[in-house]
Amino acid sequence: QLRRCKPLHWPSLPAQRKYMRSPLIPEMATQEVQLNETLAHLKTESETLKTKLEEERAKLHDVELHQVAEKVEALGQFVMKTRRTLKGHGNKVLCMDWCKDKRRIVSSSQDGKVIVWDAFTTNKEHAVTMPCTWVMACAYAPSGCAVACGGLDNKCSVYPLSLDKNENLAAKKKSVAMHTNYLSACSFTNSDMQILTSSGDGTCALWDVESGQLLQSFHGHAADVLCLDLAPSETGNTFVSGGCDKKANVWDMRSGQCIQSFETHESDINSVRYYPSGDAFASGSDDATCRLYDLRADREVAIYSKESIIFGVSSVDFSLSGRLLFGGYNDYTINVWDVLKGTRVSILFGHENRVSTLRVSPDGTAFCTGSWDHTLRIWA
Amino acid sequence: MNMSTTNNIAQARKLVEQLRIEAGIERIKVIILVIYFVSKAAADLMSYCEQHARSDPLLVGVPTSENPFKDKKPCIIL
Repeated sequence: QLRRCKPLHWPSLPAQRKYMRSPLIPEMATQEVQLNETLAHLKTESETLKTKLEEERAKLHDVELHQVAEKVEALGQFVMKTRRTLKGHGNKVLCMDWCKDKRRIVSSSQDGKVIVWDAFTTNKEHAVTMPCTWVMACAYAPSGCAVACGGLDNKCSVYPLSLDKNENLAAKKKSVAMHTNYLSACSFTNSDMQILTSSGDGTCALWDVESGQLLQSFHGHAADVLCLDLAPSETGNTFVSGGCDKKANVWDMRSGQCIQSFETHESDINSVRYYPSGDAFASGSDDATCRLYDLRADREVAIYSKESIIFGVSSVDFSLSGRLLFGGYNDYTINVWDVLKGTRVSILFGHENRVSTLRVSPDGTAFCTGSWDHTLRIWA
Repeated sequence: MNMSTTNNIAQARKLVEQLRIEAGIERIKVIILVIYFVSKAAADLMSYCEQHARSDPLLVGVPTSENPFKDKKPCIIL
């Protein structure tokens, strides 16, 4: 286990003390003033040394991932195009998620509709109308038998998917999470039994689906939390969240503690996604950059940006090996980045409005994007 | 002059001197540690990519016949 750099232990200077309430002899009064001045001077000097040390730490930008990766072979040309277009939403698509079966997709929209699609055939299998507009979050259950969604209703609700396509899904709806502001993201943990949520109320929370009970809450963001991602199961019970406070926080699910925090973005973090090994995560922000943070080095190790890219990133995801990072942008494009070298390898056009959501399929054969142009596209 | 106040100043001076030395050593330690951690972390990321590259369909590309999203080309009737 690599140890993080511990902050220096700063012994404290002796406190100023008054030796006499009222000086009995005039010389002692002058000396007391002098002593206090000297102590104050020494305190200032120690503060200056502390600051200098922090500055030296901050200067250590020179070791970055792309330098270490210079010896890695460059990637060739990529040909990726839209293979399917899913049409059916009446308004902006805000979120989507893949089913573990690698062919079904759930998507949610500003018009309050949640649709389950078969991405191979583009057929709609289920549709639910939520009681609110702006359904900002949706997720597929690991079993494939339910979907969760929510948004401006401040809740996360679970809908069991019926085999009977005529059955009214809304009738079996289960209200699970209750926040005091909009639901921005949700994800099942590794079973259908628990859901993790993030909200505009600045918190994340873990819920028991069956009882609706709050199991753990996560406090630490200073503003709306916009996104979350669970660590790959092999790496244990942690998740990462990103917020309007420009921070990405890593949390321990059992204790509710924030175990690591990263603040290098210059604006809201819209999307966070773990690297497949679980040792790092990527983020996408309104500051038009994607960044990679390594959890053991405890710092940002790469920035994916170009002067020509000035629009915010809404959503990011990795290819199966972690070599490629896909980013959906507010300028309607998808930029594909070489994670190790830090260069852009491809730019994809097709959507006619902002790309709002992006996920790679569970077996890595394709990725899906959702857009404000009301459609979803499958790329391969 | 009070003995303990003299001692206090001497103690404080010693502390600052100690801090100066420690700051010098710590600075070097921090530089070495950070470089070690980042290069080790970077090496691990690279190694993971390399190990899994061959099984990454979007990276290496899969033949049309194996990717359900890529449509098979229609036959040309001569």
